[in-house]
Amino acid sequence: MAVTEQQKVGTLVRISGPMIEADGMHGVTMGEILRVGKLGLMGEVIRIEGEKVYAQVFESTEGMFLGEEVVATGVPLSVELGPGLLGATFDGIQRPLITLQQSSGDFIGRGLTAVALDRTRKWQFTPTVKAGDAVQGGDIIGTVPETKAIEHKILVPPGVKGVIATIAAAGEYVVEDVIATLQDGAPLKLYHKSPVKQPRPVHKVLPPTEPFLTRQRVLDMLFPIAKGGSAIVPGGFGAGKTVVEQSMSKYSNAQIIVYVGCGERGNEMAEVLTEFPELIDPNTGDSLMNRTILVVNTSNMPVAARDASVYTGITLAEYYRDQGYDVALMADSTSRWAEALREISSRLEEMPGEEGYPTYLSERIAAFYERCGNVITIGSHTSTDTPRKGSLTAVGAVSPPGGDFSEPVTQTSMRVSGALWALDAALAYRRHYPSLNWNKSYSLYFDGLKGWFDENAPQGWIMRRQQAATLLQRETELQDIVQLVGPDALQDQERLILEVARMIREIFLQQSAFSENDAACQLPKTFGLLEMILVYKEECERAIHREIALNRITAVPLREDIARMKEEPNDGFTEKKDAMLEKIKQVLGGLEAK
Amino acid sequence: MSQTNTSEMLHKEYWDLTYISGPLVFLKNGDRFPTGAILDVHLATGEVRQGQILEATKTHAVLQLLQGTRGVDIQGTSVSLKADAARVACSVDVIGRRFNGTGIPIDGLPPIVPEKELEIVGSAINPVSRNAPNDFIETGISTIDGFNTLVRGQKLPIFLGSGLPGNEIANMIVQNAGTKGDDTPFVTVFAAMGITARETQYFLRSFEEGGKGSQVVAFINQADDPAIERLFAPRCALTVAEYLAFEKGYQVLVVLTDLTNYCDALRQISSAREEIPGRRGYPGYMYTDLSSIYERAGRIHGKPGSVTQIPMLTMPDDDITHPIPDLTGYITEGQIVLSRPLHRQGIFPPVDLLPCLSRLMNNGIGKNRTQPWHREWSNQLYAAYAEGQRIKKLMAIVGEDALTEQDKKYLRFSNAFEAQMIGQQFERRTIEETFKIGWRLLGHLPKSELTRIKREVVDEFYVAIEDQSDPTPPIKTQIENA
Repeated sequence: MAVTEQQKVGTLVRISGPMIEADGMHGVTMGEILRVGKLGLMGEVIRIEGEKVYAQVFESTEGMFLGEEVVATGVPLSVELGPGLLGATFDGIQRPLITLQQSSGDFIGRGLTAVALDRTRKWQFTPTVKAGDAVQGGDIIGTVPETKAIEHKILVPPGVKGVIATIAAAGEYVVEDVIATLQDGAPLKLYHKSPVKQPRPVHKVLPPTEPFLTRQRVLDMLFPIAKGGSAIVPGGFGAGKTVVEQSMSKYSNAQIIVYVGCGERGNEMAEVLTEFPELIDPNTGDSLMNRTILVVNTSNMPVAARDASVYTGITLAEYYRDQGYDVALMADSTSRWAEALREISSRLEEMPGEEGYPTYLSERIAAFYERCGNVITIGSHTSTDTPRKGSLTAVGAVSPPGGDFSEPVTQTSMRVSGALWALDAALAYRRHYPSLNWNKSYSLYFDGLKGWFDENAPQGWIMRRQQAATLLQRETELQDIVQLVGPDALQDQERLILEVARMIREIFLQQSAFSENDAACQLPKTFGLLEMILVYKEECERAIHREIALNRITAVPLREDIARMKEEPNDGFTEKKDAMLEKIKQVLGGLEAK
Repeated sequence: MSQTNTSEMLHKEYWDLTYISGPLVFLKNGDRFPTGAILDVHLATGEVRQGQILEATKTHAVLQLLQGTRGVDIQGTSVSLKADAARVACSVDVIGRRFNGTGIPIDGLPPIVPEKELEIVGSAINPVSRNAPNDFIETGISTIDGFNTLVRGQKLPIFLGSGLPGNEIANMIVQNAGTKGDDTPFVTVFAAMGITARETQYFLRSFEEGGKGSQVVAFINQADDPAIERLFAPRCALTVAEYLAFEKGYQVLVVLTDLTNYCDALRQISSAREEIPGRRGYPGYMYTDLSSIYERAGRIHGKPGSVTQIPMLTMPDDDITHPIPDLTGYITEGQIVLSRPLHRQGIFPPVDLLPCLSRLMNNGIGKNRTQPWHREWSNQLYAAYAEGQRIKKLMAIVGEDALTEQDKKYLRFSNAFEAQMIGQQFERRTIEETFKIGWRLLGHLPKSELTRIKREVVDEFYVAIEDQSDPTPPIKTQIENA
């Protein structure tokens, strides 16, 4: 049945916080975007009952009158994908915050519209196809140098197929310019739109084989994840989730970072915006901001836009993955997103599941993490020998109430993500950062990454890792005994384990995000610090075998020297470490029984 | 009855009441008023109360009455539109004045002639407009200045337990916060939510005695005032604070107390609206609601003023995992937690240092601000105190004899730390004094243990306790003779 424009207009009959009901709407679809009221606030259809439509509104509904008009737009929530995304800061529905500032000042007004991509900025386009070439979704038709280091590939949108009729010559274009037409007349521009709640298609998902290196020792050594993998970071307040996510944004080996600040603090975002432009992208030497896209919905911004912000973020990430980049998405915090779902669900009067969360919570969270992957992207290159690969890695912070991991968001996320980096308030209280609890955390990716570490990491990586893990486990067991009988009751061998485990904790696992030389740790330094501690242990054991008392051994002032090695820069670390290993062997080997 | 002016339409009266429950009144014909509108409610007795529209549907509207529903009847009561949204009068003349929770003067002086009437709901500061906080505020309290530094534009709550001296700490911060060689005008905005008359008196008197009385704006909702007004008091206060900070260039310190009463009022409304309760009966949207208060702190690019918040809340049963402190901690930039055991030992301020945190500390300290080694120094003392606390627990089980020599050193350090660093009584300490005490205490530990601080810094400042000329100097107290 044909639907006329007239029928797609309804009237507002109920307002309840971020949810509205409109009556007299025909032909709207689930997920369609509505313009609500005189201000034209954006809303998304979440339930349809005959002519009555329920929608979540992405802006505050305060001050609206019943009877105001509601208009369906015919399109689902979508984002604009094209050059100009890198370095930008968007709200949850991809409005650039800088444009909002220009139109409404320092406080965010309502009913503002703003296009995501600058329509006036000119981009230097270089075509890579010619007239007569057959193209399909995912093919590159040209490139634009988006930043100094990152080349933006202009892609044929998924689902489009045809033969190039015209292609623009190299030159400067704005995003709205038609740079190519297909023989069926379809125009291609520098940008296209993509619905956010539908994953962008991929050709094939590959097993993850390369690590996503975070430059955090505890993660890279003990709980590494793969490019294309996912991890969750749950922790009570003050455990350091945000510092972990920000450190990864700064130092990890991803080429593009999408940082979603979902329901979190405004001052934190201000910090990122002040700090990132000053910092250097470790891969390219360009400004860090030039590899970063921020999607920001602070906790006092409208609740429904939190749901949108997560999807906006991951769609932007997928788009750069499709261009062949390694992309990492940081979502801080996914719990706020889940709470937004809960709030809307409760306004819809749906039957609640656990802790009031909707029963579809696990489905939504699973679908989100499943958008990660190490993939071959779509396009005609898939039939060649060198298909284009890209990856999308996601790290989601989780904020469990009371720090209790048994709650639904943590539990659901654990089931669908590949690694758990469990933060522990007790460690944070001791200023042990990152406050990762080594007994609770895990990574399912390590086996798949063994090959990579064997080839690329310093020799002995896998062995030393296992030794460290075993030692930490032994320490946990011994601490239980100490709790009962005191440390004096232990044998020298066991006390040595406690001493060395303490060194692993304090020297190796703790890493200061605020220290110039310690904030980012390259693999040789990560390995070197651990190797020194373990060699120290081995030499101590030998000395014990020579019947030298442990007190005498630990009185040798080596521990501090090893600890001080943390302050050494990554460059030239291995040489200094080798010298230290010599020293350890010499000094401890030279001890003689009295 | 209706006033004879041009806004007569506004004052049209409706006899629409259908249902009364708790603080809520339900009206027929919900489409007459926008959500958030403020209505006058005319009782048959002639009394006029105010209410706010919470929700509107075609068939009905939900009105929450600020002064409660006692005495309201369905037939004899009418409503009329007063304003399309709740507003508060703003002008620099508010400084030194006292208002109730909804912004009506209670000091016997005439109403404010407003320069602006601003909506108390407020809008979110655009994150790109925010200027990251970085001005160190010296509060004179070692545990804050040295370990959990407060900076301008921060929101740093105090978590207290019933009977712990949180008010005194808040007062110390207020008395000291405007200092540091800065001549921008300073003002304290105080919002009381459901606190007792005694507490109100304490605050107002202390502000006055400290010479801050004239620089205080107070919005006071006491325990015996209507609970619903508690939802308005902090918003009125923050609207005025934002106005003074961002339009008039003041450094504003907002003290909000007690958020636990605020949350209870929120729960009361939620249950009257028959909403699905969340943890401990508090509504599921409490995080969002609290953030609409706490997030109203900060600084804005190009503007000299700032809004710094010290919210205070009582942890029910000293439980930090209770939803109120829990959600607060997730929004605010750290927390100061008070300890009952320290309080019982007579240590003031009884700050439970380990769970305390200031997320913005790094922006306020370091080179050119305090000391380049401030962060390392603080981490070292923190770690050592935590170790001492662990050993203390261990000792309770295995006895002192089972401890190693090193353990005993940590134990001695940690006891001295509580007595000398945390315990400062009412003495006001400069940050330099705090540093000095810290170095003195670190002398209890072997030098080789101080691996968190750079070697050259340790070499410069470390003196072993045996070598200190005056290892336990007396602590000045201003209350000694009291």
